[in-house]
Amino acid sequence: MELLSGADMLIRSLQDEGVEYIYGYPGGAALHIYDALFRQDKVKHILVRHEQAAVHMADGYARASGIPGTVLVTSGPGATNTITGIATAFMDSIPMVILCGQVASTLIGEDAFQETDMIGVSRPVVKHNMSVRHPSEIPEVIRKAYYIAATGRPGPVVVDIPKDMTTPNERYEYAFPKKVKLRSYNPAIRGHAGQIRKSVEMLMAAKRPIIYAGGGVVLGKASKQLTELAHMLGYPVTNTLMGIGGFPASDKQSLGWLGMHGTYESNMAMHHSDLVLAVGARFDDRVTNATEKFCPGARIVHIDIDPASISKTIEADVPIVGPVDAVLKEMISLVKESKEKPDPEALKAWWKQLDEWRAFHGMRYETSDTYIKPQEVIEAIWRITKGDAYVTSDVGQHQMFAAQYYKFDKPNRWINSGGLGTMGFGLPAAMGVKLNYPDSDVVCVTGEGSIQMNIQELSTCKQYDLPVKIVNLNNQALGMVKQWQDMNYESRHSQSYMGSLPDFIKLAEAYGHVGIRIDKKEDLEPKLKEAFAMKDKLVFLDIYVDPSEHVYPMQVARGSMKDMWLSKTERV
Amino acid sequence: MRRIISVLLENEPGALSRVVGLFSQRNYNIETLTVAPTEDDTLSRLTVTTTGSDRVIEQITKQLNKLIEVVKLVDLTEGSHIERELMLIKLKASGSQRAEIKRTVDIFRGQIVDVTSTIYTVQLTGDSDKLDAFIQAVGSTGVLEVVRSGVSGIARGEKVLSL
Ligand SMILES: Cc1ncc(C[n+]2csc(CCOP(=O)(O)OP(=O)(O)O)c2C)c(N)n1
Ligand SMILES: [Mg+2]
Repeated sequence: MELLSGADMLIRSLQDEGVEYIYGYPGGAALHIYDALFRQDKVKHILVRHEQAAVHMADGYARASGIPGTVLVTSGPGATNTITGIATAFMDSIPMVILCGQVASTLIGEDAFQETDMIGVSRPVVKHNMSVRHPSEIPEVIRKAYYIAATGRPGPVVVDIPKDMTTPNERYEYAFPKKVKLRSYNPAIRGHAGQIRKSVEMLMAAKRPIIYAGGGVVLGKASKQLTELAHMLGYPVTNTLMGIGGFPASDKQSLGWLGMHGTYESNMAMHHSDLVLAVGARFDDRVTNATEKFCPGARIVHIDIDPASISKTIEADVPIVGPVDAVLKEMISLVKESKEKPDPEALKAWWKQLDEWRAFHGMRYETSDTYIKPQEVIEAIWRITKGDAYVTSDVGQHQMFAAQYYKFDKPNRWINSGGLGTMGFGLPAAMGVKLNYPDSDVVCVTGEGSIQMNIQELSTCKQYDLPVKIVNLNNQALGMVKQWQDMNYESRHSQSYMGSLPDFIKLAEAYGHVGIRIDKKEDLEPKLKEAFAMKDKLVFLDIYVDPSEHVYPMQVARGSMKDMWLSKTERV
Repeated sequence: MRRIISVLLENEPGALSRVVGLFSQRNYNIETLTVAPTEDDTLSRLTVTTTGSDRVIEQITKQLNKLIEVVKLVDLTEGSHIERELMLIKLKASGSQRAEIKRTVDIFRGQIVDVTSTIYTVQLTGDSDKLDAFIQAVGSTGVLEVVRSGVSGIARGEKVLSL
């Protein structure tokens, strides 16, 4: 048996876990660990400029790959700086392990320098957290952390490591556990057969069915099964904001995404359906609008790996707890065997109705001779990247435009903070993706408000050569806030205008990158092409767009799903 | 409706704060909470009484089950069960009050466990309603101090909550 210090054990465990990159920032309580990191070259460390960004980088990587990301920070401020990132990952069920230094166990509770109760502080925003209590526990704790983060409903796991657990001259036997034993944690591995059979019967009998597919399809790697089932049945599919790409947007059965800024046809279809098959979705309030008015005529089949997601906000008629891929696979074979077929007449009539709704709105927007419209920018990027880029976004109007006008045909390509809505997420998330997918186009769609929340990472991009494309839809305002003020506060723009914007071109250049300003309509396509042709350069595109544009459709607050504004003047 | 939820919890530091944190975080209400180690020293048993609609109770049990340290749980109020709470109550007792209090304690099958010339300290066990009733019976003016343990419960018959 090999004898290793706690710090060496930690790094060895990461190697054995297959971790390639960790994102982090050093400090006193983590220095033994950083020294162990220095003495090997298998696990590579990316030094960010702010710990929040390390978490978003790990998050972006995890969303693109499905593999847990890894973060390493010091105690106190290093640890607390990760909280927004952890909460972001938690809300969207992203697998991740955050390793935090801690003051020595002998000092805990004494208000020692840089002591924070990270277990307490992180508790409400983690799937689980653990403290290391003896150096010899480290391999097992690490194995457990990754196991818990990645299985069942995924989520972030914090491991708190007091400094004396990593002391260099105290050595213990190292053995990386092959298996994890947790008597109290057994995520479902298949759905209930009887419930699945019942749901297939209901599917066959439905006259106005709709498949409502969430982020669980992407996280659960079930888009293939979802697409197969939808094609077999011929039923329409709507995705949630988190589920985008789980079903191909260009498929003729796709209605686009639903909810607050979803398509007219999706929201209408949900409201008028008689059967909703919810797959890995959680009936979020940004989807359902007023729950008491939600889908008045529909029965609900709900598949989710997390039993607590079922009947939380909307009562399910048929709950199915299980991994979405396994459950869908069983449904597919039952549909194949079934003597019943969907009623062709009813389905034809339903599609006629759906196509009418599609034709009525179909994501239109008004173009302008003077202004570049944000929607046009996204459509141009979609053309230039052939619909195959990884697109991350920040939070605001630009996020909604990106989700609406970039047609994603693959899962894991649309990367945004849907649950927490964290401004500052986009750039570091894009960096995490680019580092791991260097040959792919990675675009960060952002706003001049959001980008300034983690702008310091331009420096990290330089150090590690991460040529992402930053598309700043510059409307010189906290646009989404302004839109709400226009609609609900008689245009009193309280604190939604940001003066003294930096010269983003010079700023990009100061960090060693390329900056391009676009403020004329005719320049849009050529300059975007020019930027995307610079494969090995980070290009910051500062694009001046119509400052008065609003995002539509927009659901009317406290209405049903079908109550929407379609433009500044049309309400249905 | 009032419910009694019994939980087997890993006997580890931080496990209890996770349970308590869950209740406040999700706006569930805790009426009483008791916790102690079991005969298996890797496990604690926790009993919580709470109120809420069926929907809320269902969420509480599901959310509790999601906690990694929660090994098993049961909603005792779903079946027939026994619930007990212990109360120690200090009462003013002088002169003619003494006999009156003694009689009430006997009716409620309590015990006087400490005495001074002016004070009785009474021990009483039972379900929470019985303890409430005793306090009413002796009248609040005479009450100097009340300590209640919170509810413990166990299912009747063959049913057991164990690994
Ligand atoms: C960290 C954080 N703070 C505040 C908000 C509230 N918020 C949501 S959108 C928005 C405006 C974003 O402005 P910008 O990045 O310029 O995007 P735009 O809406 O203009 O496209 C704000 C302040 C948030 N989502 N995140
Ligand atoms: Mg803006």
